[in-house]
Amino acid sequence: MNARRLRRRLVNGTMTALVGALSFVAVLALVLILGHLVAKGASSLDWNFFTKNPVPTGETGGGVAHAIVGSGIIVGLAALIGLPIGIGTGLYLAEYGSGRLGWVVRFVADVLNGTPSIVVGIFVWTWLVRPMGHFSAFAGSVALAILMVPMIARTTEELVRLVPHSLREAALALGYPRWRTSLRIVARTALAGILTGCLVAVARIAGETAPLLFTALGNVNFNTHIGEPMEALSLQIFQYATGPFDEWHRLAWASALVLMGLVLVLAILARWVLRSRHGAAR
Amino acid sequence: MAPPADGRVRLETQRLTALYGRRAAVKDVSILFPTHTVTAVIGPSGCGKSTFLRCLNRMHELAEGGWVTGKVLLDGEDIYDRDVDPIQLRRRVGMVFQRPTPFPTMTIYDNVAAGLRVNGRRPRAQLDAAVETALRRAALWDEVKDRLRHSALALSGGQQQRLCVARALAPEPEVLLLDEPTASLDPTGTQRIEELCHELKARYTIVIVTHNLQQAARISDYTAFFYLGDLIELGRTEQLFTKPSKEQTEAYITGRFG
Ligand SMILES: Nc1ncnc2c1ncn2[C@@H]1O[C@H](COP(=O)(O)OP(=O)(O)O)[C@@H](O)[C@H]1O
Ligand SMILES: [Mg+2]
Repeated sequence: MNARRLRRRLVNGTMTALVGALSFVAVLALVLILGHLVAKGASSLDWNFFTKNPVPTGETGGGVAHAIVGSGIIVGLAALIGLPIGIGTGLYLAEYGSGRLGWVVRFVADVLNGTPSIVVGIFVWTWLVRPMGHFSAFAGSVALAILMVPMIARTTEELVRLVPHSLREAALALGYPRWRTSLRIVARTALAGILTGCLVAVARIAGETAPLLFTALGNVNFNTHIGEPMEALSLQIFQYATGPFDEWHRLAWASALVLMGLVLVLAILARWVLRSRHGAAR
Repeated sequence: MAPPADGRVRLETQRLTALYGRRAAVKDVSILFPTHTVTAVIGPSGCGKSTFLRCLNRMHELAEGGWVTGKVLLDGEDIYDRDVDPIQLRRRVGMVFQRPTPFPTMTIYDNVAAGLRVNGRRPRAQLDAAVETALRRAALWDEVKDRLRHSALALSGGQQQRLCVARALAPEPEVLLLDEPTASLDPTGTQRIEELCHELKARYTIVIVTHNLQQAARISDYTAFFYLGDLIELGRTEQLFTKPSKEQTEAYITGRFG
């Protein structure tokens, strides 16, 4: 009797310590990454970094304004394309997706979710860049949107499914048509969660590099025309980090810090949306 | 199986059978619901009370495999007729459920106005008046008139349920269906809803499902006893509770089963 109790306590203690240690490793990784980025990159974050374009190699100074603006445009356009399609698909799957078509859509979304992003890049290159005859920011946005859609669709579906069935029934019993029930009642109720999912998806694709390599390509000049090649922070980091100049390495660290900061802000924003909505309404 | 109709008949089922796939949950039920009366539907859990109620506003057909045979006449017109639009019908037959279901993203005002807005835009003043009327009829106006713009979730359970009653009343239905509306409420909330039934029957025809026999006895004019999907007995409430004509009814109301 006593031996068994001892054993149980021993196992319990060991497992708790193990899980604690593992979580510590996970947190440590994030702290180390952030710390390293700050140590290497923070000193380069000045006014010039955000407002100037690159100067010719060999000279010092200059910034990555072109990449920051480019990332904003490419990611923004990707969100513009990906969010409505992703949310619409998720809503369809949750509300009407019980049949065979729903099964197929869900399967495709899951496969797409697991597809390496570089494959998506090649796909877009084949079907968009080659026919158009040149690289473009638009193609980059399409590639990122393709990555976003399945993520958003699946989270939206999950969250819409969490809306109690009784709410749906209440709306239908009031004389709401089915589509209006889906949009006005069900989607609205799940909105905070859906927005959170969208922010997480944007954060995930904001740092993608591979799918932009053969689509947006990169650009040493400041460009806001989506029909032409455009620089992005991730491409910039790739190019500068693998280049030979110390000045480039310095800028790469700083760019990485900015990108990481952006992702962090999006993650915090996502948390906040969820908290404030639920805090007020529940 | 008709009760002595002392007025016009608002609603009537004729040999109504409700099925889930091939299984009948309600079998061959014929009942008259006279205008301005309260009819209680009682019976043990799973005997088809909710299913029966949902046939009266065509919600049953939304369930997986749900379909019906027979007729349901509202003002003499079969609601299962091919050219009756179920969505329009549900605006004439309001429903309140077991658990309060306020729309969580809407204010108190918007909850009550929801059923009106879905039926097309109308002038602000008219909407305000309709919301106030509905809330007054649901005996909730005095408690919420100063916080119409607040979230409906801030209300207590009993208030939420009366809000749901107000929401159902706002589109001016003819019939009100209540499916165990007090099952999740405390005694005070229950009493308010019961009082409400008394007041509302002057304007509406009410069908209430309840598993609480005292409640049925207190508030209804007629009582229908269901067992395993069959309508066993239907009669004036005091008669059914004091001199039931069927043995099963007597066994149930004296607590010998169910
Ligand atoms: N959605 C459904 N699909 C299949 N069977 C159902 C469904 N809802 C209820 N039933 C069955 O129909 C019968 C009657 O259920 P219900 O009308 O909910 O009873 P009550 O409201 O009297 O408790 C039960 O046997 C139940 O299992
Ligand atoms: Mg029930």
